[in-house]
Amino acid sequence: MFSKILAMNQDINELYMEENRGYSIALVGNPNVGKSTVFNALTGLRQHTGNWPGKTVSLASGNYIHKDQIHEMIDLPGTYSLLAHSSEEEVTRDYICFKDCDVCVVVCDATCLERNLNLVLQTLEITNKVVVCLNLCDEARKKHIEIDQQKLETLLGVEVIRMSARNLEGFEVLKDAVDRCGKKQLNYDHILLCYDDEIEISVKRLSKAMHTNHANPRFLALKLLNEQSDTSMFFEKIVNKETIQVILGEEKTRLSSMMEVQSIEDHIVHVIAKKAKEIGEECITFNNSTYFDRDRKIDRIVTHKLWGIALMIILLFVIFWITISAANVPSAMLSELFGYFEAHLHALCIQLNLHPTLHGLLVDGIYKTLAWVVSVMLPPMAIFFPLFTILEDFGYLPRIAFNLDGYFQKAKACGKQALTMCLGIMGMRTSSLHKKA
Amino acid sequence: MRTLEEVELHQRVIVKALHNHGSIRRRLLDLGIVVNTEIEPVLESASHHMRAYFVKGTLIALRTNETSLIEVGEMDRG
Repeated sequence: MFSKILAMNQDINELYMEENRGYSIALVGNPNVGKSTVFNALTGLRQHTGNWPGKTVSLASGNYIHKDQIHEMIDLPGTYSLLAHSSEEEVTRDYICFKDCDVCVVVCDATCLERNLNLVLQTLEITNKVVVCLNLCDEARKKHIEIDQQKLETLLGVEVIRMSARNLEGFEVLKDAVDRCGKKQLNYDHILLCYDDEIEISVKRLSKAMHTNHANPRFLALKLLNEQSDTSMFFEKIVNKETIQVILGEEKTRLSSMMEVQSIEDHIVHVIAKKAKEIGEECITFNNSTYFDRDRKIDRIVTHKLWGIALMIILLFVIFWITISAANVPSAMLSELFGYFEAHLHALCIQLNLHPTLHGLLVDGIYKTLAWVVSVMLPPMAIFFPLFTILEDFGYLPRIAFNLDGYFQKAKACGKQALTMCLGIMGMRTSSLHKKA
Repeated sequence: MRTLEEVELHQRVIVKALHNHGSIRRRLLDLGIVVNTEIEPVLESASHHMRAYFVKGTLIALRTNETSLIEVGEMDRG
């Protein structure tokens, strides 16, 4: 009876989901722009993580309801570009390119927009169903950075919205923008980036001849020309594979007589960077550079040869001291509590007339060990992790890595390992060269 | 050839060429260190193996073995 109701309930749910299915939305952005904050705030607890088949990059997906429609959102890994240099970039590019997502939301850091435009421009090369989301607008205001939203929209040809995810501002605007964007017709006419004449000739010839199945011919043509690895995936999107294969061969030989494959990629990178700079110069005004100066002053102190390292040792010492001394009280309380239960368990076992071996195994073995571990480990962790998160939020952790990198290099390690060493915990999500301001 | 490694602190220069190869090169390009970008060393690590550079609104830490392959030139006056 009960299972029948459950099954019916599930059917109704699925029917509801089917009828009200909204858009599938991909969330893209550079690392550290608050992409996951946006994702978490929108999807709440209705999310799950899954692995991309064949890759070790895990993706979180979730859904949110807006105007009676259930939209599915995928949090793609943070990347700087879509040139598929790393597995994260490859996953992101493949998702946008091959998964037919309806809307692509590119989250940008408003405090350094020009850098983020790189990814925006690359995404716009694949699809026009993009919403650009300027996150950290509150921070940008503090730094007196002004962004001309209208101009940016005209230059990019897509909707631009402002938000401040951590203050929960701008989500309704984003949802509405996604809605409008989803209704938009997919087209590939808006060309933002123009390359070298010779490359353009090849790209035009290829894309004209190409019949694709839901993919941008211009983008595919460009990728086929400069891709140095496997291109079979791109061919899956092309209907007239044989014809394209022939033309591609011809164009590649023609281009290779003029330039190297590496230089094609270099050229593409430069064109994108130049465009990003142009757009940046037109849309962004820095009214006050002293804000950065204040940051620099603090940086100078925390990374100073003597004070920086002294400060680091003191800070870490204080944190460890707080953790150890403050954990003693709850630890003692917990162990007292567990001891109280232990006495009762002993009494219970005797009452049940359990065999002494079983009695010992259960109470002295399993229960006592568990109680011991919890009472010793839980309080320090509950104190240490929040403290450490505060340090991370201030951006102090990358500075530690910066201070110590040289010393760690002598041991053939890298500065960011300092953090893992002094903690002996979780792999920090610090990228190999990058240090966020 | 003047390399980024030789530039003094707080002196703004322009990237002229990247002589790095492979994944490091790509990574540098991704981080916005492209020909014709302005770059300024702002901090020096205690161990002299590393400096932090201000590029396009962000601080990026680079090791000397990476910066010694980045060719730079003077800023255009005006």
